[in-house]
Amino acid sequence: MKDSLQRLAARAAEEGLLDVAYATADSPFGLLLLATTPRGLVRVGLPNQDPEQLLEDLARRVSPRVLEAPAELDEARRELDRYFEGELEHFDLPLDWQLSDGFQRRVQRAIARIPYGKTRTYTEMAAKAGNERAVRAAGTACGRNPLPLVVPCHRVLRRGGGLGGYGGGLPMKEGLLRLEGVLDD
Amino acid sequence: MSTLPPFQTLLDEHASEVLGVLRGAVGRDGAEDCFQETFLSALRAYPKLKDGRNLRGWLFTIAHRKAIDHHRARGRRPVPVAEVEEVAVTDPEPDDEIWQLVAALPPKQRAAVTLRYASDLPHNEIAAALGCSPEAARRSLHEGIKRLRKELA
Repeated sequence: MKDSLQRLAARAAEEGLLDVAYATADSPFGLLLLATTPRGLVRVGLPNQDPEQLLEDLARRVSPRVLEAPAELDEARRELDRYFEGELEHFDLPLDWQLSDGFQRRVQRAIARIPYGKTRTYTEMAAKAGNERAVRAAGTACGRNPLPLVVPCHRVLRRGGGLGGYGGGLPMKEGLLRLEGVLDD
Repeated sequence: MSTLPPFQTLLDEHASEVLGVLRGAVGRDGAEDCFQETFLSALRAYPKLKDGRNLRGWLFTIAHRKAIDHHRARGRRPVPVAEVEEVAVTDPEPDDEIWQLVAALPPKQRAAVTLRYASDLPHNEIAAALGCSPEAARRSLHEGIKRLRKELA
C-alpha cells in the first residue's frame, strides 16, 4: 500500500496535479507540518497547531488537491534540520506568499529580511511595512505568519525587550532565540 | 469556495478498500495500474466536484470504470464457464481462486459482487456506483452469486 501511495504522489507531481504537497518534520520542539505548492513553501505548522485544521485550511484556501508527498519537501526538511543544529543561518527556499496579502504580507516580507541572531521591534516592522503607527497590526501580521521559522517572526520583540507573543508558544520563541544566541542559555 | 476535504483524506479512508475491490475485479496484477488510474482521475476531477457528500461512492464509480477499461484494453470477454478453471490455474495463490471466478463474470455481475462483498456496499450504493436502479443492482448481484455457486459446486 505504501509503495502504491508513493507512486501515486510521484505521478501526481509529474502530471502537475500536486497543488499542495505536505510532510511532517521532526524538530527539537516537536513535529512540524510543511506544505509546498509548485511555486514554493506555502505553510509551516508549528507543533502546537492542529495539522488536520492546517490541511483543511490549505484545501479551502489553496486547492483541495492536498497530498502527503514527503519527497517534495526534502530540501525544506534538510534546511530546517541544519537550522536546528545551528549550522544554517539563512534559508534558501522558494516561498509562496499566497496565504497573506496587503499590509500583513509587507510586514512578513520585512520579517524575512531580519538577519540571523538579530531582533527587531513590532514598531520597527510596522515602519518597514509603511505605517509606523500600525504597531498592533504589525503584531497581528506576526501572529498570522504562514511561514514561521523560515520567515523568522520569533526575531520580533516588544520595545524594551519584552518577548511579545508567538504562535508556537513562548517557550519555543525563547528556545529559538537561545539557539540563535540572542538569549543566554 | 469549495468545502472539499484535503484529497489525502480520501486516500487515508478509502485507498486500501479501493485496492481490495480492484483486486477482486481485475486480479492482483492489474489492480495496481487500475488503482493508480483511479486516483489520478479522481485527483484530476476533484477540485471541480460539486458535491462532496458521497466521496466514497464517487471513488468506487471511478474504480469500477477503470476495471472495465482494463478488461476492454486486454480484449478480455467474459470467459466461458468451461475455461474458468484454466484461468485459475495460472494464479498460484489459492485464496485468489474465488476472485478469478468473480473476474470471469459478466461486467455488471462482477462489479455488483465485488462492491457487495469486497467493499461491503449496500444495494443502493452499488446501484449508484453502477448507474442503475437498486432492483437492477440486486438482480446483478443475485445472478452473479448464482453463477459462482454453480461453478464452485
